[in-house]
Amino acid sequence: MDGNSAIGEAAIRAGCQCYFGYPITPQNELTEYMAAHLSRRKGCSFVQAESEISAINMVYGASLAGVRAMTSSSSPGISLKQEGISYLAACELPAVIVNMSRGGPGLGSIVASQSDYFQATRGGGHGDYRTIVLAPSSVQELADLTRRAFDLADRYLIPVVVLGDGMLGQMKEPVEFKDEAPEELAVRSRALRGAKGRHSRIIKTFTSKPSELEEINWSLYRRYQLIKKKEVTFETFLVEDAELVIVAFGIAARIAKGAIKNARADGLKVGMFRPITLWPFPSEELKELANSVKNFLVFEMNMGQMIEDVQLALEGKGEVFFYGRPGGVIPTPSEVFRVASRLCYQKGLK
Amino acid sequence: MKKVYARPKSLKMARFHYCPGCGHSIIHRVMCEVIDEMDLQEKVIGIPPPGCSVFAYDYFDVDMAESAHGRGAAVATGIKRAYPGAIVFTYQGDGDLAAIGTGETLHAANRGERITAIFINNAVYGMTGGQMAPTTLLDQQTTTTPYGRDARIEGYPVRMSEILALIKGAVYIERTAVNSPANIRKTKKAIRKAFKTQIDDLGFSLVEILSPCPTNWKMSPVEAWEWIDKEMTREFPLGVIKDITVKEDAD
Amino acid sequence: MKTDATVKGYIEIDRELCKGCEICISFCPKDAISLSDKLNSSGYLPACFSDNGECTGCAICALVCPEVAIEVYRG
Repeated sequence: MDGNSAIGEAAIRAGCQCYFGYPITPQNELTEYMAAHLSRRKGCSFVQAESEISAINMVYGASLAGVRAMTSSSSPGISLKQEGISYLAACELPAVIVNMSRGGPGLGSIVASQSDYFQATRGGGHGDYRTIVLAPSSVQELADLTRRAFDLADRYLIPVVVLGDGMLGQMKEPVEFKDEAPEELAVRSRALRGAKGRHSRIIKTFTSKPSELEEINWSLYRRYQLIKKKEVTFETFLVEDAELVIVAFGIAARIAKGAIKNARADGLKVGMFRPITLWPFPSEELKELANSVKNFLVFEMNMGQMIEDVQLALEGKGEVFFYGRPGGVIPTPSEVFRVASRLCYQKGLK
Repeated sequence: MKKVYARPKSLKMARFHYCPGCGHSIIHRVMCEVIDEMDLQEKVIGIPPPGCSVFAYDYFDVDMAESAHGRGAAVATGIKRAYPGAIVFTYQGDGDLAAIGTGETLHAANRGERITAIFINNAVYGMTGGQMAPTTLLDQQTTTTPYGRDARIEGYPVRMSEILALIKGAVYIERTAVNSPANIRKTKKAIRKAFKTQIDDLGFSLVEILSPCPTNWKMSPVEAWEWIDKEMTREFPLGVIKDITVKEDAD
Repeated sequence: MKTDATVKGYIEIDRELCKGCEICISFCPKDAISLSDKLNSSGYLPACFSDNGECTGCAICALVCPEVAIEVYRG
């Protein structure tokens, strides 16, 4: 099935109870899938909201009431959701936000790009907060990581972003779903369900005392440190003897794999390091790789965003090069192969 | 002698931070009386706005959560969709509901969301220091209309209740005030009816309450309460704007 | 508090909760409330019950009091 629909099916099987969205290319198949398949499920709710802003606030409301809720959009719509994401993070409310990125900035284009890396990992919303960011690279991974997103969101009480792109969303690949949709939908314990048999509960962060807000922030920080310790995920491909490692995520990693196969056929020792959690970024693991690899080629479909995290991670160990195409232009494997090849020759790695 | 008037149970024992003569205090108390009388304390979930009443959760002894400015109707929608058993109300000022939140409010009403919006209209932005609100009257002086509101530049006061009355999903809309004993009693009755509309699963309900803001109107409390009758009700007439709840019952 | 049969009600005003808005004074039909001349700890001159024997326990004062500062007794 197509990637967008796979996300929808995975969400339903993960026990997503509410979906709120707004049409935007290239993720409409997901919104429509939820309309067709979620809306009639017992206890579930689908709303096509009046805007992406409303949708994220509806997710906030559903999460307040203790249920699994999700929204999806593409780049410009995700910009609209930033305030809501900040509020979710502040109030420690789980939620899943899917971004099938497209070309930007501005209205941009409707084709895939990776230019929302900063937006996703640095957080376009205000304040000190983080969200977990997962970057799938195939339709199967879209399904698996959507499932994982709900679990991570509930476990750490944090919004989780699934950062896909227009190409992954619309391409069709075989998918296997490991779970069945649950019969009973769980309700989180720290929720607003009416103050029956307990004191009334207030969920907020606003305070007139700076020291109170400071404590909230440090408490969030400690949680983020825990996530960093436990949830880093990445994949390596042919790095054991590599002299040049391509660092790429999402759809770019798929393209890079093709390039690497060609490079290897040509006798070039090229490998790949693929972050799957963009936050927490696999910094330590990448730095460790720099013990044996001295050259890194960061390849992304933007003007250079993940490269900053790569440079921060390496702390000067090894040399970092960049190849990128912004604006939604999809590079080909042979293009990337040529760049890697030229780099190998320039650095005397042949 | 027996006590005939005391603090409602669901109003926390706290000193209001509101200004002398402010309408919020009255409205909070009257809402809590209704919550007590209708036995809703264990069912109600309230969403206060940013604004003077951001601390409403320090007073209402019910489940509450903060909302981003203007988004109350969307948050309430999310809660009600996730948990239809709750009685959900938003408590919003004139900026929150009639400026930044117009889209959310209109569409929640349009979907007939079973939520209740309590709309506090004091013709000014209180907490931020007295700027123009959508409901500021023509010629009214505020900090961003220092020469008086001029229709040519700043537009006209917005009558949200009348606008929402056109929306099919909105089944009960009333405008009241809290500037006299009679009006306070009518406000209480309207709030009770609005909650009943939600309990009876009939549709979206809204009570717009003209509320005094002595500090930003630069009047004494007594003058402010009088100004509502003298000036505000001319622009915002009191009364039932829409009530098709009986028709729904008949269906 | 007078205890003869003609008195029908009395009120108690919490002078620390009162903010001296004077709304109760303006609405009392029996002129039974006036402003104190001693400040409370918040710096307001609170309302106080004049106890002029006219109070009927109508509770209008409590109804209009924004601070829930008034309790009303009727007999």
